[in-house]
Parts: sequence; structure tokens; C-alpha cells
Amino acid sequence: MNCKHLTLPLTKEALADLQAGDYCLLTGPLYTLRDAGHVRLMAELAEQGSLPYDLEGQTIFYAGPTPEAAGRPFGAVGPTTSSRMDFAAPALHRAGIVATLGKGKRSAEVHEACKETGSVYLIACGGAAAFLAKCVVSSTTVAYDDLGTEALRRIWVEDMPAFVAIDTQGRDIYEN
Amino acid sequence: MRTLDPKQIGEVVYQAIPKLACELPDDILAGLQSAYEAEDNPRGREILSLLTRNAQIAKDDQVPLCQDTGTVWVCLEAGPDVLIPGDIFSCVNSAVAKAYTEAKLRKSLLRDAFFDRTNTQDNTPAFCEIHLVDEPGVARLHIMLKGGGSDNASRVVMLAPGAGKQGIIDELLDCLDHKAANACPPLIIGIGIGATFDKVGGLAKRALTRPVNQVHPDPQVAAFEAELLSIVNGTGIGPGALGGKTTALGVKVNTAPCHIAALPLAINMGCSAMRRGTYEL
Repeated sequence: MNCKHLTLPLTKEALADLQAGDYCLLTGPLYTLRDAGHVRLMAELAEQGSLPYDLEGQTIFYAGPTPEAAGRPFGAVGPTTSSRMDFAAPALHRAGIVATLGKGKRSAEVHEACKETGSVYLIACGGAAAFLAKCVVSSTTVAYDDLGTEALRRIWVEDMPAFVAIDTQGRDIYEN
Repeated sequence: MRTLDPKQIGEVVYQAIPKLACELPDDILAGLQSAYEAEDNPRGREILSLLTRNAQIAKDDQVPLCQDTGTVWVCLEAGPDVLIPGDIFSCVNSAVAKAYTEAKLRKSLLRDAFFDRTNTQDNTPAFCEIHLVDEPGVARLHIMLKGGGSDNASRVVMLAPGAGKQGIIDELLDCLDHKAANACPPLIIGIGIGATFDKVGGLAKRALTRPVNQVHPDPQVAAFEAELLSIVNGTGIGPGALGGKTTALGVKVNTAPCHIAALPLAINMGCSAMRRGTYEL
């Protein structure tokens, strides 16, 4: 398929240029975070009124990887179901997260938040985690190390394939 | 009369886990490959290409097919002349802990769903059950590493008997509409119909153990499975729920007797990384 090469973190211009259905290859930093980590991040956001850990302008990847293997930071890493993080995504977008990466459909509130803040929702191929792990160059744990696989990690990816699922106009890949 | 040995069960589980986590069963891989050949939707085709390449990488490098290496389900099927000691599953949890650590698989189990959501750190406990079968001499294990995303997309519903076949189809389509995208299609769909509220889920789950390319020996069941598969693939949801011909590789049905007031239905979604195996003891 034809694809766009995207450099992370995504600029406002790059975000506005994306359309639901676009196929992209991502290069740059992603932050892995899922269920339990979102509960903690939301508590910290509520307490200090802004995003901790330099997350402003960054992309959250809903993922809990397996340990390092085959000379790579993770043996396998791939998207988990995004809708479980719908409770947090609108507030995180308003606080400065510009994109999320996961799998599956999102709530009306997430669509609205993408439109309002000029953010996007990306999806990766579920069940292709050995393939996606080959796109991960490095990983550093940023916070919540006690959560194991659910820790907040800054990872560097090269040419990781993803589709734009919700664009800054609120259009949805699952609806066309 | 043969007596089963807990140590043998533990050893089979220990040997099976890394292979299941890293190598897609032949029937699933063949299903993905033929779906790829048949697909003309560019997005669906791209997903199928990624999934088949993923299977090759996982096998070559012995890394997990999916980061969600699942909960371990062990189902012992035993014939009428097989003696099962009370501690038959006593070696399973140590086998799981050892295999998950050695094979560098993800530990995804919590101590308690409600009171203590801390990780057990070794992917225990496994969920084990005994199923008695009317097959003399048979002792076999089904082992499945079940992902959370596809299990979350599953449901149990107590239909009214009058809902009939159309009620079952409508429920399946509603389930797909809401949750297929979360369950990583192409799916393998296990359907349980009958028994009671607590048993119908087991019927659906055990249906997932049958190879997708195997036609059911009962022509009535085989015809219903083919009809449901055709309906599911007619939705166009497709690979990755991004459009295409193959939403499911197989629909497998188990039915059972039930109460005059009941039409219990369970739909257990299996993802494209359907990690399960059957082992004769």
C-alpha cells in the first residue's frame, strides 16, 4: 500500500494533514501506557494540572510488551484495545497528548476531543507483535516501573506501520 | 484402568507453552494464507500480509506472536476407564511459572479481579478443568493461551427460546458490530448453545479447540457452522476490521440439551493468533 512517512513527535501541521484511512510508517518516540498506568497518570494530571514526564506533544501507544528477546528491547509489542482508555483520552488530549496508537473503535467523546484539540487516533495491526517489535530500536522506563509490563516507557520506533483511524476532523476509518 | 500422573500433565503444559506462544498452528496459518490470496481489499490484504509475516518472524526468532501471551487454559478430557487423582493439576502452576519466565512471555495475571489487582508475577494461576468424554482409553489435554482482547469481545446471553436461529444470528452480528475490531480479526468464533448459564461458556470455549479447516462430523452442525461463517464473512468487517472478505477463519458450534424455558448462547471470540493445541496423553 502507499504510505506516508511520519516523524514523531507529530507537529500541528503534520496532524492536520492526516486523513482517516491513511497508511503511515512512524519513526520517532512513542510512550507505552495502558490500563493501570492511565489511572496513575490521570491522578497526577489532576494533582498538578499539567502532564508530567514531558508528555506534552507526544504520542501514547496503548501497549504492554513482553520482555527483551532475540536481541531486541521486546520480543513482542503490539496494540491493546483502545476503548478501555476512553475514560482518560479526552482529558489527556486537552492536556497536550497529540496522538494515541492502539486498536479498535473509540467513543464519541474521543472523536470530539480529536476535533477540538487537533489530535489523531492511530491504529496498528493487532496480533502482529513480533513484526512490530522489530520496529522498536530502544526502550527506557520513564515511570510506574512497579507495574511491570504496564510501566510508562519511552520507546524509539522506526517505520512502524499504522493507519490513521480518527483524524483532526473527527472522521473515522471504521465508518468508511 | 489407567491412572493419570500429575507430573506428566505438568510436563506437557511446560513443553507446550513456548511453542504455542511463538508458533501459529498450521490450520490458522493456512487459513490466513488462503485469506490473503482471496483478498482484494487493499487494507484487509495489508493486514493479512502483516499477520503472515508476523508468524514467520515469531517462528524464526522464537519470539511471541502477540505481546498478550494470555491466560493459560488447560482442559483435560478423560474417558470412562481413566482414573484421575485429585491432585491432577498440582504441577500445572509451577509449569506455567517456569515456562513464562524462561520463554520471556508476558505476565498478565492479577491476584484478584476486585480486591487485589496486583500482578502475580508468574502468569499463574492457570484455569484448569476436567471434561468427561465417552471415549474409552482417551486422555487428552487441550491447552490454550487466551488473549484478553478477544475474551473481552465475547458474551453470554440467555435468549428466549422463541428467538430461535434468527435470534442467535442477530446476537452474533451485534457482538461483531460492537467488538470485532477489538478482537483482532480474522477471528475464530466458538459458539455454545444450550446447557445452563454456567456451562454454555465452556461449550463455546471448547469449540475453539477444533481445527478451523475440519468439517464437523455431524452434517447438521457442519451446515450450521458453514451458514454462520458465510453470514460473518458477509459483513465485510474484514481483517483488522478494516474491510475485506475474511472476518472469520471459522465458526465452530457446540450444542447441548437445555431447559424448556432456555436458549443459552455463548460467543467466545478467538483472535487471529489462536494459540491452542491438543495433546494425547
